[in-house]
Amino acid sequence: MKSTVSVETSDPHKRKWHKPRAQAIIAILFALFVLTASFYAFVILKHDPSLTDLRGRLLGASAEHPFGTDHLGRDVLTRLLLGGVQTLGYSLLALGVALLIGIPLGIIAGYKRGWVDRLFVRVADGFLAFPDTIVAIVLSGLLGAGIGNLVLAIVIVKWVSYARLVRSIVLSESQKEYILIARTNGLSDARIMRKHLLPHIAGHVLVLASLDLGKIILLISSLSYIGLGAQPPTPEWGAMLNDSRPYFQSRPELMIYPGLAIVCVVLLANMLGDTLRDLFDVKKEVQP
Amino acid sequence: MNNDYQAKHSGGAPIGEEQPLLRVQQLSRTYTGAKRPAVDNISFDLERGECLGLVGESGCGKSTLSRCLMRIEDADSGSIWLDGQDIARLNARKLKAYRRRIQIVFQNPSASLNPKLKIADSLIDPYEQLVNGTPLQHFTYTSREAYLRQLLEAVELPAELMNRYPHELSGGQRQRVTIARAIGIEPDVILFDEPTASLDVISQGAVLDLLATLRTSLGLSYLFISHDLAAVHRISQHMMVMREGKIVDRFAASALMSETRHPYTKELISIF
Repeated sequence: MKSTVSVETSDPHKRKWHKPRAQAIIAILFALFVLTASFYAFVILKHDPSLTDLRGRLLGASAEHPFGTDHLGRDVLTRLLLGGVQTLGYSLLALGVALLIGIPLGIIAGYKRGWVDRLFVRVADGFLAFPDTIVAIVLSGLLGAGIGNLVLAIVIVKWVSYARLVRSIVLSESQKEYILIARTNGLSDARIMRKHLLPHIAGHVLVLASLDLGKIILLISSLSYIGLGAQPPTPEWGAMLNDSRPYFQSRPELMIYPGLAIVCVVLLANMLGDTLRDLFDVKKEVQP
Repeated sequence: MNNDYQAKHSGGAPIGEEQPLLRVQQLSRTYTGAKRPAVDNISFDLERGECLGLVGESGCGKSTLSRCLMRIEDADSGSIWLDGQDIARLNARKLKAYRRRIQIVFQNPSASLNPKLKIADSLIDPYEQLVNGTPLQHFTYTSREAYLRQLLEAVELPAELMNRYPHELSGGQRQRVTIARAIGIEPDVILFDEPTASLDVISQGAVLDLLATLRTSLGLSYLFISHDLAAVHRISQHMMVMREGKIVDRFAASALMSETRHPYTKELISIF
């Protein structure tokens, strides 16, 4: 009884922090692990990630090669860490460009309405008619294999969801009287969009973006796995998975390491999205 | 009377005898698909320094009238003269000079303030956009903070509220902030579209008293639109009654209870 009372009377902000705190601890532990591993690999061992050594291929774990070596004798830990930088970096790049295209287009469509909005909705519907993965595969197939084209393909499939989210927020906000008053006070359309509408979308977009980050990492890895993304000898988790496939029976850990890395990072990205959603108090129904 | 007036001044600015500050002539607005006009051939004068009350039930066209006067919507026909200039036909560039002279306060202060902006950022908009450095008479702009402090003091709010967000304020405080925003550039006319409707009775009285004080101290003219007959009567010198887009009765506020009132006005009085 006593505990129930204390929960009810406790500060709501305190309770809000429980889940994020647990998630933060997990994220910090993971980051510490990656930092330690990076320090060991890049500062102490200093292996060349592309140097092949056929005499030292498929070695087991040792102090020299904590995660062993792959089929070409390259250090797995070094490649795993560099692969993380690649995968995360390209995911963030794709996400950033998608945001840069999606946010302005969404604001303009939602604020201008009329034929601008109708044109936008038609185009967006066209993009949304195809599943993300299929479009990305077809596009990177058409444009040619390579990480640059893969990023382009991801931007092309991803900008629509941001533009649509932003448009729906702007549509409802621009009905409100404070926008009318801003107009009667002589603010230009560009200034209204920047000063009065942009703050409304930041939280929503950040939440969607962090939830999307996991999906984009998966997309890059899976397309690299089938050979449409990063090209050898670039270390990339999906490509590393594919490289290790023939040795699955003798050295399964070669597939487990990059697989586990992908799982961890995607989970962390989703946790980040969850936390941000709680912090910004974004309602789930706004998510497209 | 309108035909007379129209004949004298058709095609140009009204000239001759003492002009009212704001003169609305035969203003009409019909929404597409509507059976009757929302605003039907309305004419009235607003004298400098007076408060003109407009009473009517929901849906009678009061808000459409205020939106037409603010040029948020364009009227189908008619004219709006402000100091001899027809506002209804101004282009966008000249409209900015008009906006400097007329401000609006809406019913719902929560919707009138951007919830994501601090009070200061909402308050400063009119000054930044419309004043262009011309000195004001009652307020002085030495710094942004000093100016905003004066505005908040004028509406009897503590100055530190400028760094708060709208959700941290009460309904009455929020409405005072929107009033501060409207008076901040010292316009000639302020339109009030149901400014007390979303407030409790005590805040309503306080806001009405504040508006009366500001009108005399800043030399403002009000068009006060409301369904609340008592509030309109309390603050106005002249009153008009609107029904189905038309003005059916107009009189000095002191003559509200007179026997010669329009039957619809009497009906409104009997409700209150």
